[in-house]
Amino acid sequence: MSATVAGSHAHDDAGHGHSASFISTYVFSLDHKVIGIQFLFSTLLWFIVGGLLALALRWQLAWPWSDMPVVGKMLFAGEGGQIAPEFYIMLTTMHASIMIFFVIIPILAGAFGNFLIPLMVGADDMAFPTLNMLSYWFMWPAFFAMTISFFVEGGASGNGWTVYPPLSSVTSASPSSFNGQTWWLIGLTFVGVSSMMGSVNYMTTIIQMRAPGMTMFRLPMTIWGMFITAILQAFALPVLTAAGFMQVMDRLVGTGFFIPEGLIVNNESAGAGGGQPLLWQHLFWFYSHPAVYIMILPAMGMVSDIMTCFARKPLFGYKPMVYSISGIAGLGFIVWGHHMFMSGMNPMLGTMFMVATIMIALPSAIKVFNWLGTLWGGKIHYTSSMLNALAFVSMFIIGGLSGIFMAATPVDIMIHDTYFIVAHFHYVLFGGTVFGVFAGIIFWFPKMFGRLMNESLGKLHFVLTFIFFNGVFYPMHILGAGGFPRRLADPYHYESFAYMQPINQFMTICAIGLGLSQLIFIGNFVASLFIGQKCGRNPWKANSLEWMAPSPPGHGNFDTQPIVYRGPYEYNSPHASEDYYPQWVPPKDAKAEEAGEHAH
Amino acid sequence: MGKFWSLLFLTVPVFGIGVFWWGMSGYMWLPQDVSEHGHTIDHLFNFILVLTGLVFLGTEVVLFWFLWKYDNDTNKDPVQFTHGSHNLEIVWTILPAATLLFIAIYQMNAWADVKLRKPDMAPTCKVTARQFEWRIQYPGQDGVLDTIDDIHHVNDLHIPVNEQILVQLESMDVLHDFFLPNLRIKQDAVPGMTIPVWFRATEQGTYDLVCAELCGWGHYKMKGRLTVETKAQFDKWLADTQQRQETLK
Ligand code: HEM
Ligand SMILES: [Cu+2]
Ligand SMILES: [Cu+2]
Repeated sequence: MSATVAGSHAHDDAGHGHSASFISTYVFSLDHKVIGIQFLFSTLLWFIVGGLLALALRWQLAWPWSDMPVVGKMLFAGEGGQIAPEFYIMLTTMHASIMIFFVIIPILAGAFGNFLIPLMVGADDMAFPTLNMLSYWFMWPAFFAMTISFFVEGGASGNGWTVYPPLSSVTSASPSSFNGQTWWLIGLTFVGVSSMMGSVNYMTTIIQMRAPGMTMFRLPMTIWGMFITAILQAFALPVLTAAGFMQVMDRLVGTGFFIPEGLIVNNESAGAGGGQPLLWQHLFWFYSHPAVYIMILPAMGMVSDIMTCFARKPLFGYKPMVYSISGIAGLGFIVWGHHMFMSGMNPMLGTMFMVATIMIALPSAIKVFNWLGTLWGGKIHYTSSMLNALAFVSMFIIGGLSGIFMAATPVDIMIHDTYFIVAHFHYVLFGGTVFGVFAGIIFWFPKMFGRLMNESLGKLHFVLTFIFFNGVFYPMHILGAGGFPRRLADPYHYESFAYMQPINQFMTICAIGLGLSQLIFIGNFVASLFIGQKCGRNPWKANSLEWMAPSPPGHGNFDTQPIVYRGPYEYNSPHASEDYYPQWVPPKDAKAEEAGEHAH
Repeated sequence: MGKFWSLLFLTVPVFGIGVFWWGMSGYMWLPQDVSEHGHTIDHLFNFILVLTGLVFLGTEVVLFWFLWKYDNDTNKDPVQFTHGSHNLEIVWTILPAATLLFIAIYQMNAWADVKLRKPDMAPTCKVTARQFEWRIQYPGQDGVLDTIDDIHHVNDLHIPVNEQILVQLESMDVLHDFFLPNLRIKQDAVPGMTIPVWFRATEQGTYDLVCAELCGWGHYKMKGRLTVETKAQFDKWLADTQQRQETLK
């Protein structure tokens, strides 16, 4: 690996056959790139697990209580091959928990953040490499806790990913409130510790370790996204961690933070109580609303970088873009109550949260307009990476607009806890972030592994994913307007919802198609690791610093100290002889530049 | 290929609007509204639908058009080397900001009607949610809840048509949610809290009462019914129920 680095570092310990150095190079590595790739592989594996859980719950929604094909007999021998209702709520809970805490958050911050931040700011590694390594290894206790929770008595948590007490904190409330819930909380705590370590590291690296000439306003949007995300994590996470501990204490020693006095559930006393169920919701959403931005801001940044590169044009409105993500982050701390409009929270307070929530749509809108501005007058190259980035924009528009319905408190009366919400967050999280992640993987794969992914397979995967994704999630808006509630194992015994079953069957068929399409991506990814076309340092002719380093970069990243002369978006600049003008290329002397201008 | 991809993105607004059209013109839309306040909510929904629909159509069509026009294979014009436009930024900040602010203010009254302006009256009944049923309790002759002559019933909430109803909502165990789709009413039931819910039904019939907050393994079957009937029918039903209760004692 280090062979490509000219001025090799003193502590270059790349493996030469010794097993000890194999372990320190690839397992307990301190190198941000290895750690990033470790995060990438782990999260992609969990993506498969989360996806399979989703398919199982889609099966139940299409054909409730029917034998599940192939795996049913194996999984649910007790129920004769069918999904039991307590198993169904466990599926929804664990699908969401895994996707949010094991896939989306760690793939953005952990995988892309780790790999890209030092490379894009021109540093040789993170500020705190050991902390960085620990941030990956602290995911493993979390992986372990969530995995084991499936096998303890009562099964994994089935209390929704929001784990509202008393259901979640009183063990007698439901089979899935048993020990699985404690494991869930332990897992969450470790994810939090991991994120916190990452967050401190990212902030320090971005503030302290930028290459000469790399001012804050010359940072690529990806880095801005990561930076703001790290700040959000640092301020919001402690609240969730504290709340998680409080719930663990409620469960184990009966502290009753979230339990009202004298509560009896299923003929069992829930302890002395004296607490308030709504307190959990406030604490949980104080973290989890900022967390939805943690789950998208880095992807917004990546998409901005990818779109400029393949439109061969500067980013439209760089500063407004930076201000809008900062605005999203700031406002993001005073909107959490929009998840609690129907909770029994003071409706007057609801009005305040409503106004703040409606206004947060503004920075989102500004971003969309600037992305469109970026495409205007460009020369668009339809690579598979670009297509996924464009899908981000197209789908994020839908998810952002549906947010306005739910932010409007009276309308939320009708659609809260229905499939309208499910549609909303899948449009932002799958339609937005996951397409952004696909775009990012394809875009930076050559930098990670020195090979390109296959374009034809990439396009095939894109078009199928795009169609099936909309087939699964778009009809949810219609169902939600009809009142179709989420988290119901069998909604069709209600007269109001019986007619919706055929639509759900259509959606499930699309979901199966969506799942199968991902096999193309997995195949392409794995095969390209070994037989992908080899590429040089800068296959996309892009501007930012990571493309100056070898592909893959060796230990220490750059063979010479990068110096930054300009912003990252100088595509088709009149000052450059080519259609891109990398950040690290020194300007030609003034005379030559003038002559160049004459020649135009 | 650029043309193909642009057209793929054009399918988003085409199908997007199409599916809503199809939903609206069929029966797959907001369920029948039989409440006094529901039309204001439906109106807001439709109002936001039109506004967001226009923005959706506009942005998605512009996206398609740029993809079509600026395809590298066919676009021979030089690239517009620009880093943005101050004036455009101002326009597309102020216009949406004003629109959003308008939406925010425009809806406040409807919210206040449903959740803030509680009618000044004694509760019509008390609804207590528990795993996995709705316990319903009417005050007896004395007009006061939680006295010996209360009338109890389960899972079937009877109310007189066209009369102001005030429900006192409670929960015995975990969170539940009192959701009446046809009356545009939704309110969590929280243990330890008593939450007032008020509405007026305008049409006789029976409607679903749905639990809309996850409450455990049997959440899906926590189904109740709302029966809206004339005052005379309601009084008779209440008397009959009380009679039955007496004979059981
Ligand atoms: C345009 C800006 C947005 C607005 C106005 C908005 C508004 C809302 C509102 C009001 C809710 C609560 C609905 C309810 O439970 O009744 C909600 C839920 C949600 N939003 Fe957004 N949202 C926006 C953007 C986003 C983004 C960018 C993401 C994620 C990347 C996101 C993720 C979510 C999630 C995950 C939920 C559901 C949580 C749950 O109940 O499980 N939203 N949004
Ligand atoms: Cu939120
Ligand atoms: Cu329920």
